[in-house]
Amino acid sequence: MSKTQPFVTIKGKKDGLILELDENCAYDRLVHELKEKLVNNQKPYQDGPLISVKVQTGHRYLSQKQKKEITEIIRSQDKLFVASIESDVMTKAECEEKLAKSKMMTMHRIVRSGQILEVEGNLLLFGDVNPGGQVIATGNIYIMGVLRGVAHAGVNSERSAIIAASVMRPTQLRIDDVISRSDDNQELDKRDHTMEYAFIDSSLNQIVIDRIQSLSKKNFAFMWQ
Amino acid sequence: MGEAIVVTSGKGGVGKTTTTANLGTVLALQGKKVCLVDTDIGLRNLDVVMGLENRIIYDLVDVAQGRCKLNQALIKDKRFEDLSLLPAAQTSDKTAVDQKQMKWMIEELKRDYDYVIIDCPAGIESGFKNAIAGADHAIVVTTPEISSVRDADRIVGLLEQEKNISSPRLIINRIRSHMVKTGDMLEVDEIINILAIDLLGIVIDDDAVISATNKGEPVALHPSSKSSLAYRNIGRRILGETVPLLTIDDKPGFFKKVKQLLGMR
Repeated sequence: MSKTQPFVTIKGKKDGLILELDENCAYDRLVHELKEKLVNNQKPYQDGPLISVKVQTGHRYLSQKQKKEITEIIRSQDKLFVASIESDVMTKAECEEKLAKSKMMTMHRIVRSGQILEVEGNLLLFGDVNPGGQVIATGNIYIMGVLRGVAHAGVNSERSAIIAASVMRPTQLRIDDVISRSDDNQELDKRDHTMEYAFIDSSLNQIVIDRIQSLSKKNFAFMWQ
Repeated sequence: MGEAIVVTSGKGGVGKTTTTANLGTVLALQGKKVCLVDTDIGLRNLDVVMGLENRIIYDLVDVAQGRCKLNQALIKDKRFEDLSLLPAAQTSDKTAVDQKQMKWMIEELKRDYDYVIIDCPAGIESGFKNAIAGADHAIVVTTPEISSVRDADRIVGLLEQEKNISSPRLIINRIRSHMVKTGDMLEVDEIINILAIDLLGIVIDDDAVISATNKGEPVALHPSSKSSLAYRNIGRRILGETVPLLTIDDKPGFFKKVKQLLGMR
């Protein structure tokens, strides 16, 4: 093959290999050269531990099928595995999904019996959720008011989602597919309340309620993504 | 042009009809022209409570279906010149009229009367939708029971979605003073906290209401009872006056105390 610039560049780093794929050439040529390069350079990787490979595609968009194909080509070498495929571009749909996920919907209302308030992303509600009412969010739920009804956070399997409320008196709490209900013998106490939040305790696989202050101690990645 | 007020609750048996009858009475007492409309087609009661059952010739369904004029169906009250009743039909059901017809009827009545008070059937189906179709304001009646408050909450939610109806106001009915004192009944504050709407008044559970109802005359006519006073206060609040709430605990008066001492109770 005669060309000045290779389509596939392999770089060695401390923690593995970086595979830079040219972003302008045809996909077929890329695949062809990748195969060729890996076969020719087999030797250095023959012995020793597994080596992780980061694939960088620049401004080229790879479909799921293409990603799978490239992953398979790399894996066909005994000692290589793909750690990640990084790209500088994403589809509109992916982008919108990501935006919706990180969006904060602010509402001012009372969710009354028989009403359902459903949002994409995080929900910030100024008002109460009454018994028989339901709030649903794909992300976190923050209620500046009394939660007396049902709150369902992280509906699309976001297990790290939380539910926070000024006063926690829920009939049910749901996070992802975990459900907890209120105590049947709950006494209606009228003492002052501190703000509380609910989350899934991964060791118990159960919904746990804690004071809002302890939220800072929790490794809470999902909140600000 | 008058205004139309719908009296509703969601749950049955909390005192919508009694409230409607008494509000009509107290507003008439204040010299207003009032028309009561019973929309509980198939289960009419308001005429009985008002003691006007024997005067019904035409009803709301007859008007809606054009069998008579609106004026022909209106019944004048025995006691007040300016109080009228549009009775519901007992033989048809709630589907006999639609929202458009109801709206037209209420609009017509608003021309001639200061207040049109609409008695709403229980439930949230077509009967409820018909009843609220022509209303400008809404009064939600609840009792201090958890099921009744839950239904009232649902109703308030539905009323808030109606653009033509101003934000609903609350009447808490049948408060039993001794149970509130012992803490066995929901407190007024607690109910207002949940429903988060303006309180129009509270009415104490009173035997006089039942005996008056059975006689076919609203309790508000007899100023001696506490519930009558409550309804009169509510009437004045509807007219825009500021009236303080009645106290719930009934402290025995001097004569009652003497009677108790003498064992005459």
